[in-house]
Amino acid sequence: MDVLSILIDWSPYIVTGIAATLGLVLIALGIGVLLGLPMALGQVYGSRPVRWVIGVYVWFFRGLPILVLLFLFWFGIFPGIGLGDVPAFFVGAVVLGLRGAAYQSQIFRGAIQSISEGQMIAARSLGMSRFVAICSVILPQAMRIALPGWSNEYPNMLTDSAVCYAIGVAELLTITSRIVAQTYLTMPIFLVSAGIFILLNYGGIKVLHGLERRIAIPGFGSGAV
Amino acid sequence: MDQIAFIFDILLPALMQGLVITLKLIVWSAPFGLALGIGVAAGRQYGGPVLSWVCKMFVFLIKGTPLLLLLFILYFGLPSIGITFTAFTASVIGFILCNGAYNSEYIRGALLSIKDGQMIAAQALGMTRAQAIRNVIMPQALRRAIPGLSNEFIYLIKYSSLAYMITVVELSGVGKNVATKYFIYTETFMVVGIVYLVLVTITTIAVNILEKRVAVPGMNRAAAAQL
Repeated sequence: MDVLSILIDWSPYIVTGIAATLGLVLIALGIGVLLGLPMALGQVYGSRPVRWVIGVYVWFFRGLPILVLLFLFWFGIFPGIGLGDVPAFFVGAVVLGLRGAAYQSQIFRGAIQSISEGQMIAARSLGMSRFVAICSVILPQAMRIALPGWSNEYPNMLTDSAVCYAIGVAELLTITSRIVAQTYLTMPIFLVSAGIFILLNYGGIKVLHGLERRIAIPGFGSGAV
Repeated sequence: MDQIAFIFDILLPALMQGLVITLKLIVWSAPFGLALGIGVAAGRQYGGPVLSWVCKMFVFLIKGTPLLLLLFILYFGLPSIGITFTAFTASVIGFILCNGAYNSEYIRGALLSIKDGQMIAAQALGMTRAQAIRNVIMPQALRRAIPGLSNEFIYLIKYSSLAYMITVVELSGVGKNVATKYFIYTETFMVVGIVYLVLVTITTIAVNILEKRVAVPGMNRAAAAQL
């Protein structure tokens, strides 16, 4: 009972942590799509230098631990370019997003490449420009193929967002450890926090699976391509 | 050049000490993580309803919990109920649990890709279920799981940096300490990052060699035709 009443007392604070965690995840996933999709298109349709630059970007952001990336941007790059005053939340979301873009670009690239080349040729022979063909023929199919793989980005992003603890973003794990330091209820608080993460994870995956079913075209699936 | 001197005289020698700790973390975690992954995958696939449910829940819970929170539970949480680990041991246990859970998913996928007929054929030849799993199914499944497992190994290299958050001063930790002491952040973390990139690149090359070494001639083509 003691634990429960303490949890109720602290619940508004926990809610702010959940909000910050979800904020980090949603902003980062958004940045990831906005950057990752053009990067994928660049890697498939771009010229050689474009492909090379994107390749180096992906290699760099996928090869470094998230902790090192956060330290690099928080202590090094952001202060270095005169943005030393931006909040840690902003830096965390941007770093997670830049890193997510590297991972997501590869998911999108695989999906785009899985559409047979004949479709582009057919679209061009119908008089579409390359740009129109990509937007109205290739991408509507590729994005549906990419969605299951992309859905995996959500749980990854959720668990990675906890590393933002290291630069002091007030997300769920940071809030958790602050409550532990205040109440000395170590194990119960940690377990509740883990439970919240697992619920967020589970709920998000359910939503994404629902979305997959919603936008599915009957007869068009992994078997059709 | 001042920065060059900093990197070669101060930073790199310090990072080498951290690298040793990072490698120790990986060397302790990876084999047990693989063993756990094989055990959990086999339990989930071939175990009774109870064992298979337990394995499924284990994977679900570990995958849903951030690794950093898992490390906090092991290092800061467990002492409150009388179980105390050193920071290094707690990190290794955390990495084994996490690595094992993710590995088991790849191995399970590979197990599912081996046709049922093989188990039936092995049993018809007089093997017990356990013998068939060990001598027929697993050797094929593990080969197919290599790409996934190597991905997880690379994740293990990168996530070993989280040990610093529970006071194990490994590669990232040394980098952070040096950066804070000399107020040189960007260069330090870039160099730390490059060390990780080198580790990851070496692993990728090593895995490609391993995959060719253990390949059974003709098996891959058959597998491709089957898929």
